[in-house]
Amino acid sequence: MNNTNSMFARAMPLLFGVLFVIGLVAPFAVYPTFLMKILCFGLFACAFNLLLGFVGLLSFGHAAFLGSAGYICGMLVRDLGVTPEVGVIGGTLAAGALGWVFGVLAIRRTGIYFAMITLALSQMVYFIVLQWKATGGEDGLQGVPRGHLFGIIDLSNNIAMYYFVFAVFCIGFAIIYRAIHSPFGQILKAIRENEPRAVSLGYDVAKFKLLAFVLSASLAGLAGATKTLVFQLASLTDVHWHMSGEVVLMTLLGGLGTILGPLVGAATIVSLQTELADSVGSWVTVIMGVIFVVCVLLFRRGIVGELQALIQRAGIR
Amino acid sequence: MEIFGVPSALLGSQLLVGLINGSFYAILSLGLAIIFGLLNIINFAHGAQYMMGAFVAWIALTKFGVNYWVALFLSPIIIGALGVVIERTMLRKLYKLDHLYGLLLTFGLALIFEGLFRDQYGISGQSYPVPELLQGGVNLGFMFLPIYRGWVVVAALTVCFGTWFVIEKTKLGAYLRAGTENPQIVQALGINVPLLITFTYGFGVALAAFAGVLAAPVYQVNPLMGANLIIVVFAVVVIGGMGSIMGSILTGLGLGLIEGLTRVFYPEASAVVVFVIMVIVLLVRPAGLFGKAA
Repeated sequence: MNNTNSMFARAMPLLFGVLFVIGLVAPFAVYPTFLMKILCFGLFACAFNLLLGFVGLLSFGHAAFLGSAGYICGMLVRDLGVTPEVGVIGGTLAAGALGWVFGVLAIRRTGIYFAMITLALSQMVYFIVLQWKATGGEDGLQGVPRGHLFGIIDLSNNIAMYYFVFAVFCIGFAIIYRAIHSPFGQILKAIRENEPRAVSLGYDVAKFKLLAFVLSASLAGLAGATKTLVFQLASLTDVHWHMSGEVVLMTLLGGLGTILGPLVGAATIVSLQTELADSVGSWVTVIMGVIFVVCVLLFRRGIVGELQALIQRAGIR
Repeated sequence: MEIFGVPSALLGSQLLVGLINGSFYAILSLGLAIIFGLLNIINFAHGAQYMMGAFVAWIALTKFGVNYWVALFLSPIIIGALGVVIERTMLRKLYKLDHLYGLLLTFGLALIFEGLFRDQYGISGQSYPVPELLQGGVNLGFMFLPIYRGWVVVAALTVCFGTWFVIEKTKLGAYLRAGTENPQIVQALGINVPLLITFTYGFGVALAAFAGVLAAPVYQVNPLMGANLIIVVFAVVVIGGMGSIMGSILTGLGLGLIEGLTRVFYPEASAVVVFVIMVIVLLVRPAGLFGKAA
C-alpha cells in the first residue's frame, strides 16, 4: 500500500503538469463557457470533497454556499459597481461566514443528523433568497456584468474570462491540495478514521471540524461567485437542495476522498447534463437518480478510485 | 370575537391548518424514526413515497374508479410492498457500510421516483375530490370546520397512537425495540431479524403512503409535494430526536401548530419558523427535545 502510495506521489506532479497544460490550451479546442462551467462545478465538488472525503462529514447543504456567494458577488458587481475580483472575494467571504454559522450548529451532532441539519439550514437560506426583494425572488439576479478585472482586463471576452476562471480554479485547488497534505489534513483524516482516538490524543476535534467546514464553504463560495460572473446570473437553482444533491453525486461518481475525483465527476455530470438536456428533457433527474443508485450499490470507489485500484493491482503484479 | 386582535375564525382556521400539517409531520417523522431505529438509515425517499401514496390513490380513482376508502388501505400496501422490494434488493447490501450510503441510496431513489412522476404528470397538481361521506363542514361557533380536515387529524392521530401502542405494548413491538437495542443478541435468541428489518422498512414506507392518501384531497396531488415537505420533516426529526416514538408524534404536532400561529402573526416567517426552532434547539439542547445524547 505504502509503495503504491509513494508511486502515486511521484506521478502526481507529472499528472498535474499535464492537466495544467491541457487547461491552458483547452479553450481553443472546446467551447470556453462549457469548460468554465466544468471548472466552477469542479471546484465546488473539490471543496465538498474536502469535507466528505477527508473529514467524513456529509453536508447536504452546500448549495447554500455556492448560491449565496453567487448572489452576494452578483449584487456587489451589478448594484455597487465593484470590480469582478472584489465581487468574487466578497462572495467567498460571505460564504465563509455562512459556513461558520452552519458549522457551529451542525457539528453539535454527527452522522446522519449532521446531513439533516445542513439540509434544513440550506432550505432556510433558500426561503430567505426566495422572499428577499434584493435577490430578485423567482427571477434570480439577472444581468450581472462581467466587468473589467482589476479595472483593466475586459472579461466580456470569453477567452479572458476563461483564464480568469482557470486561475481561480487553480488557486482553489492548490489551497485544497495544501490543506490535505498538511498536518491539519492529517488530523482531519484521523478524525474521519477514528474520532474518539483523535479526541484522546488531545485534539480539539470540534475546532478542526469547524475549520474544515468554513474552508470548504468558502471554496464552494469561491466557485459560486465565479460561476455568477461566467453566466452573468445568480438563480434559485444554485441555492436549491437539488444542487446540494448534485455536488454529492459529482464527488461520489468521481471518487470520494481522491484528489482529482470530484473534478472528473463534475466534468462527467456537466457533460451528461449538457448532452441530455436536449434529447431527454425531464428524464435528466431520473438518470441522475439512477447514477446515484448505481454508484452507491456497485461503484463506491468512483471513477478515479477504481482507476487507482486498477493501477495498484497492476503494480502488485 | 377576537383573540390578541386577531379574529377567532382566522386564528381557528390557521390553527387547524397547523394541526393538519402537524399530523403529517407526526406520521412522517414517526415513520423515519421507526426506520432509523432498526436500519440506522435515514430514508430520504420518504417524501417521494408519501407523494406516490397520493398518486396511487389518484390513479386508482381516475383510472379504475377505486374509491377513497379502498385507496386508504390499498395505497399503503402497494407502496409498502415497493418498500419491501427496495429493502430486499438494495438497502440490505448497505448495512455493513457507513450509514451515509443508505441516505445517498434513498436520495437517488427519491430523484428517480420524482423524475418519473414529473415526466408523466408534469408539475401542475391534480385535484382529488373529498369523499362524499366527509364533504361539508360544521360550524363550531367560533370557526367553521370542514369535516374532511377534522377527519385527517383524527385518522392521523389514530394511526400514530396505534403505532405507538404496537411498539410499546405488544410482543412484536418488544422484538422491534430489542432489535433496535442489540440486533445480534435478538438474532441469537432465535428471532428472524432480517425479516423484522424488512417488515419495519415496509411499515415505515406504508405510513408515508397513508399520509399521502390523507393529504390528497387537502393539497393538490403533485410530483413534488413530498420533496419540500421531507426537508421540514428532517428538521422536525432533529428537533425531536429520534429516540422516542411519542416524542416524534408530539414534536410533529407541536411544530405544525407553531407554524400555524406564525402564519397568523407573522406570515413572512411561516416557511422558516421550523428551521429557526431547530437552530434554537441545537443551541440549547443539541440532542433534541426527546433524544438521548449521541
